[in-house]
Amino acid sequence: MLSHFSAVLLFALCCSVVFGITQRSQPKMMVRFGAYCFVLFVGGVIVASWVMWLIKH
Amino acid sequence: MTTTPQAQVKPKAERVPGEASSFALMVLLAAWVVPGAGHLLLGKWVRALLLFVAILGMYLIGMGLQGKIYTPNTGEILDILGFAGQLGMGLLYVLARLFGWGASAVLNTLADYGTKFLVVAGLLNIIAAVDAYSLANGRKAS
Repeated sequence: MLSHFSAVLLFALCCSVVFGITQRSQPKMMVRFGAYCFVLFVGGVIVASWVMWLIKH
Repeated sequence: MTTTPQAQVKPKAERVPGEASSFALMVLLAAWVVPGAGHLLLGKWVRALLLFVAILGMYLIGMGLQGKIYTPNTGEILDILGFAGQLGMGLLYVLARLFGWGASAVLNTLADYGTKFLVVAGLLNIIAAVDAYSLANGRKAS
């Protein structure tokens, strides 16, 4: 069974692959943009999680 | 004044970027029905494989998490939007409806995640199909 965080990682990975391929033309830029999207997805989740923790406490 | 035979030859018609063609429409349709098929028709098999694995992966995870499969005629606006998103999966959505895969209602938090996986898989497939169409009609260079 997936945990919430592992579900987020898989979601970010799949979306980043599609974004990288479709939003850039050159293979090198595709990899770079895909990695950038993945970091933003996961980073955004971590930041949002800490914000919710701070609001609760 | 006479013209040489070479000068009389009409220039070959160049493909205008963005111009609609039957091949481009076929690529668009194929990419919608089967994720990655549009890129495969264009000979970009690595991209096709990556798109297929990514979108099919999201579909399988969504099904594994008991995500909801939307139906078109519930009358609820959010259900209609969810249906429009999931319809983007093409054949995968049809298979889910035919064989009754997925859930008819969201029962827990992870099932809600699963529903989002299924909707986003459809939306990503639409993006991939439009990308294949842009490659086919020359709007996107490579």
